[in-house]
Amino acid sequence: MYVVIAGGGKVGWNLARELIDKGHEVTLIEQTRRRYLTIEEELEHAVQYGDATEMWVLERAGIQRAELVVAVTGDDEDNILICQMAREKYDIPRTIARVNNPRNRELFDLLGVAPVVSATDLILRLIEHEVPSFGLVHLLDLHAERLEIVEVEVTPAAPAAGKRVAEIQMPEGSLIISVLRKGAGFVPKADTVIEAGDEVLVVLDPGLEDGITGLFAVGA
Amino acid sequence: MFVLIVGAGRVGSAVAQSMLARGHEVSVLDHDPLSHERLDAGLASSWEETGGRFTVGQGIEVEALREAGIDEADVFIASTSGDNTNLVIAQVAQKRFNVTTVIARVMDPARATWYAEQGVRTICPTLQAISMFESAIVEVS
Repeated sequence: MYVVIAGGGKVGWNLARELIDKGHEVTLIEQTRRRYLTIEEELEHAVQYGDATEMWVLERAGIQRAELVVAVTGDDEDNILICQMAREKYDIPRTIARVNNPRNRELFDLLGVAPVVSATDLILRLIEHEVPSFGLVHLLDLHAERLEIVEVEVTPAAPAAGKRVAEIQMPEGSLIISVLRKGAGFVPKADTVIEAGDEVLVVLDPGLEDGITGLFAVGA
Repeated sequence: MFVLIVGAGRVGSAVAQSMLARGHEVSVLDHDPLSHERLDAGLASSWEETGGRFTVGQGIEVEALREAGIDEADVFIASTSGDNTNLVIAQVAQKRFNVTTVIARVMDPARATWYAEQGVRTICPTLQAISMFESAIVEVS
């Protein structure tokens, strides 16, 4: 796969290195002269110097034949523009953008730039994952597809505790996809009994979280 | 008319002053509190006393745009020093706030031209300068 990466910071450089190790062809674009020279010592021809929001720089990097464009500069405006041009001007089917300031996330959504990766959001997810008192943990959000996967630990007082899967009145638009019990996961059948202490993975339409909490995490 | 100008540099503040002088309502948003001095320059009294509005904030933040009055704006001018900021906030003004007239200053001719084709009205000072140089040279040759 040919991948163009905009931004040679810690994320961009390491990503380039990993992708090259996996056998992919990569061009990394870095706009700071000194940083470029440092990276060039290791990546050689796989890094180019320039502003990745300039079309001629993107074209010199061969963006037209890229299968994936990754925008991980420190500027959210730049990342938005790079992905927007990649998709709409150069017809690149897949782009990934980094969100530096989580408050800007809605701008990426508004301008159709997806999927996005935000370090703050990722760490927040991890915290929620490590601290079960939050009740419900978002594992995956597919914004554009309007689909989420959440994990919830079943409390003893929950209506679902002790019930068979078939008896649990799941909100319309949600489905139990997996149960983690004593460190092992399995796909439940209709007659699987959900026990207190189980961790249940549910796929759902956004907005149904309260219904899921009400079924599985009462008294959390 | 209500004109919202983001970026009070040389261009933004000059356009702000001339629009105010023409009797329009003008609100200016800039991240640098000191940029206010440019708005005061040459006026008999302060920018606010003359009737202008000034908000300190980042143009890319929706809350700052709201505070500066984007909901009522008829005209939105993106004249910060960053081409990409201008192009992003111009699209926000168009798509999110449905501002009737949106104009972005874009120094890079390539981006200015392509985004204009995508429906963002752009002004490119670089293209203006190029054509002025060209005609000046043609005149003497």
